[in-house]
Amino acid sequence: MELPLRALESSVTASRWLPWHAALVFGFLYLPIVTLIVYSFNGSGVGGFPPRDLTLAWYRLLFADEAIWTSVLNSLLVAIAAVIISLGFGIPAALALDRANFPGKALFRRLVLLPLILPGIITGLSLLMLFREADIKLSLLTIALGHGTALISVATTEVFAGLQKLDRSQEEASLDLGANYWQTFRHVTLPNLRLSIIGAALLIFTLSMDEIAVSFFLIGRDNTLPLEIWGRLRRGITPEINAISSIIFVFSLFAILIWYRLRVASEVQPEIAAELLESPAQGD
Amino acid sequence: MFSRAYRTAITLPPLVWVLVFLLIPYALLFCFSFWSVSPAQSIVHSWTFDNYRELLRVNVYLQTLFRSMWIAARVMLFSLLLGYPLAYYLSFHAGRRKDLFYQLVIIPLWVSYLVRAYAWKTILGSDGVLNTLLQYVHLTQHPLDFLLYSPFAVVLTLTHIYTPFAFLPIYASLEHIPPQLVEASQDLGASPFQTFWRVILPLSIPGVVAGATFSFVLSLGDFLAPLLLGGPSGIMISNIVVSLFGAAYNWPLGAAISFCMMVLVVALLFMSEKLEKKWSFR
Amino acid sequence: MVLINTESASSSPPKLGTQPLLSIRNVAKSFGRNPVLRDISLQVAEGEFLTVLGESGSGKTTLLRIIAGFETADSGEIWMEAQRLDALPPYHRRVNTVFQYYALFPHLTVEENVGYGLKVAKLPKEQSVSRVEQALAMVKMTAYAEFKPGKISGGQQQRVALARALVNRPRLLLLDEPLSALDANLRRQMQVELKSLQREVGIAFVFVTHDQEEAMVMSDRIALLRRGELEQVASPREIYSHPATAYAAQFIGHTNLLTAEVSRGIARCKSLSWPVKLPDGVALFSLRPENIRVAAGNTDSDRIGFRGKVIWQAFHGATELLQIECIDGLLLSMRTASGQNSRGNLLLEFSPEDAIPVRKSQEAEKGL
Repeated sequence: MELPLRALESSVTASRWLPWHAALVFGFLYLPIVTLIVYSFNGSGVGGFPPRDLTLAWYRLLFADEAIWTSVLNSLLVAIAAVIISLGFGIPAALALDRANFPGKALFRRLVLLPLILPGIITGLSLLMLFREADIKLSLLTIALGHGTALISVATTEVFAGLQKLDRSQEEASLDLGANYWQTFRHVTLPNLRLSIIGAALLIFTLSMDEIAVSFFLIGRDNTLPLEIWGRLRRGITPEINAISSIIFVFSLFAILIWYRLRVASEVQPEIAAELLESPAQGD
Repeated sequence: MFSRAYRTAITLPPLVWVLVFLLIPYALLFCFSFWSVSPAQSIVHSWTFDNYRELLRVNVYLQTLFRSMWIAARVMLFSLLLGYPLAYYLSFHAGRRKDLFYQLVIIPLWVSYLVRAYAWKTILGSDGVLNTLLQYVHLTQHPLDFLLYSPFAVVLTLTHIYTPFAFLPIYASLEHIPPQLVEASQDLGASPFQTFWRVILPLSIPGVVAGATFSFVLSLGDFLAPLLLGGPSGIMISNIVVSLFGAAYNWPLGAAISFCMMVLVVALLFMSEKLEKKWSFR
Repeated sequence: MVLINTESASSSPPKLGTQPLLSIRNVAKSFGRNPVLRDISLQVAEGEFLTVLGESGSGKTTLLRIIAGFETADSGEIWMEAQRLDALPPYHRRVNTVFQYYALFPHLTVEENVGYGLKVAKLPKEQSVSRVEQALAMVKMTAYAEFKPGKISGGQQQRVALARALVNRPRLLLLDEPLSALDANLRRQMQVELKSLQREVGIAFVFVTHDQEEAMVMSDRIALLRRGELEQVASPREIYSHPATAYAAQFIGHTNLLTAEVSRGIARCKSLSWPVKLPDGVALFSLRPENIRVAAGNTDSDRIGFRGKVIWQAFHGATELLQIECIDGLLLSMRTASGQNSRGNLLLEFSPEDAIPVRKSQEAEKGL
């Protein structure tokens, strides 16, 4: 294999144990996922080595389970609403942070990013108090509001990173050529932010589908998928959960694949998540 | 170049939304922590320091907080120990497989957190995969019962979940080191270890600080892993908050604990920001 | 050319008429406490090629951005004929810009880039298509209509940027160092093309550059900007032969700056002295290197003769630049044709009318 120049320094000792360390970390990261998938096909349920009696019984059971599918539908609705809310406010927030000055901007920036790093339960119970004081009944809507608000942080970081890469003179060129601010936003700014926005939408969707800490406090009568799973887990281990988790995993893989293809197609470095994680701790 | 109307249009809606759905709720949390609950289980809107006095008076709260911090510290340490060498390997030695490996670190992040915690439960349980495997190969006769329902299980699971979070900023900071610096160091006669110690490590400190902050802060506030795998000895501070908001029905006390956590987290973020600034030379 | 009215396309440099196309009146701008432009007044005539020349930080790009509408002046006014321009947003000004790095939209094809202004103006499709075609033909880019900007070379991007601006039939075209991203050969070629294109379309160009050679080659007039102030506005020839200030003399070509004491019609600088028509006092003179010559021998002329020693020479192709040390230690530069074998001690001379009195610029003068 051809090594890049910077690898020429490879010290003999370091290069001997580093690959093994990497293999170990990957093993550690993937062991639960592999176990999960393998045991979703295991006839005698979860646990017990070696796995035996290959079966699709758990999947059949799963597809007949209405409560799960209702909760999947609920989660999808919540996730879509969350994407709309957080993009709807996160895109202007990123624009504002990039190009407007207003009193309290530094505080605003920190506040927007806070739910990303603050324990989810704090955001959840704070919103619970708000809804209680405002006498709003808990429902899927309150969960969507919660997710949407908490995930504005993701939309803002993503779009802000995209704006940093956008050449300001392109927008100037558009104004110069006679397009007004709205036309410029629609024809120049938005297409340039396309990748950031799609990336953010995928991320928000996935995070919302998986969210539990905020939902935990804002749940009304209808369960989301994670809360449905959570409820069953407390009653004990069931292979149906392996089955639904495996299905979700496969869907997540598709999401990653789409996202990765988009990135590669535009020859942008795949550092979306790194940016996302780096930013909250950065200064102004 | 942007008109006043344009700037207002992009600023006002998110500002109002964040005010209503973030600032006011957090402020409400602060207010609640000074209120109390009547015997008839309704919130009394009068101001008192009782909740904070209670926190200092009853040992279990501080103990649990310290246990949570101790768990979070271990998670942070292990995440860095796993994440840093991996990031270093990817950045300097993985060659063309770099992008693939990077994606492999990201993929687990897309798998449900709950499901991964649950998977560890199925691995670590007394009739779980690991114990039955050990017995299958005759390494043990009886299931090892310290594996599940212990702080060990919590630390293991949280390390699993937060290692990618430690890895990512470290990797980003390593990738930002210009290769010429490494070459210059070698050119000046430094051995690979000296190059690592004197050039690469100092320049990657902002990444390490960010990674450490993420793994510590995120695991500190976790409540699922302890509930699922922790058992009585693995209870963390968030679990107490959850129970105060649930069965125990003492929102004001829960709000007081939450507010303390919030202050702690914000202080940690502030410190890590200072540290990162100090160590970034760009 | 169908694109623009052809009657103003003449080869003689246009003169400032009664009504200038653009007039900038007392414009000033600061960024924070940092003044970038101070009291700039400048007029641009219909069909004129005006270059705003200055070093980086001179404020030339800011001036351009104020005309385009991307920055607002702190004070002063900008008028386009009878219309006040500075109150309008960029998209209502009949001014278009060619940006330094072209700012082509990467997600649109060459054709879509050029058609952008017409599309947002909601021009009927047939008209817009034919105008885009003409514009692309004008810059010889028809073959690349379907390409994305990332797939064409820098010189081609430059042409597309030009077409994209000109297709809107602006009254005035602004060009922000459009050639600086090109390599030297292409740059020279584009200078010629740009100049002939400007003659062809007859639109007034305001061209910003830091390259004095470029300014000399292309401009009808040069506005020399320094630290936010105009040093001189004149034709290239005028600026070269009669620089108003020491800075202008040094920035446009090489020169010798001589600080002389004038008394009773005679200027003295060390051992040199020559007749002048100036009041008594200290005066500054610019003497171009090519105006110092090896003395022909006949002393009947009114030229000033002096002795000097060649201490250094630099070969420049057709000419050589010699560094001369006079007997009294005065250092001068002179330019001779190459291959004249000028060494050692020489008898030299210059005409008094070639020593041009210039205003002192605020800074200490740079050497050659």
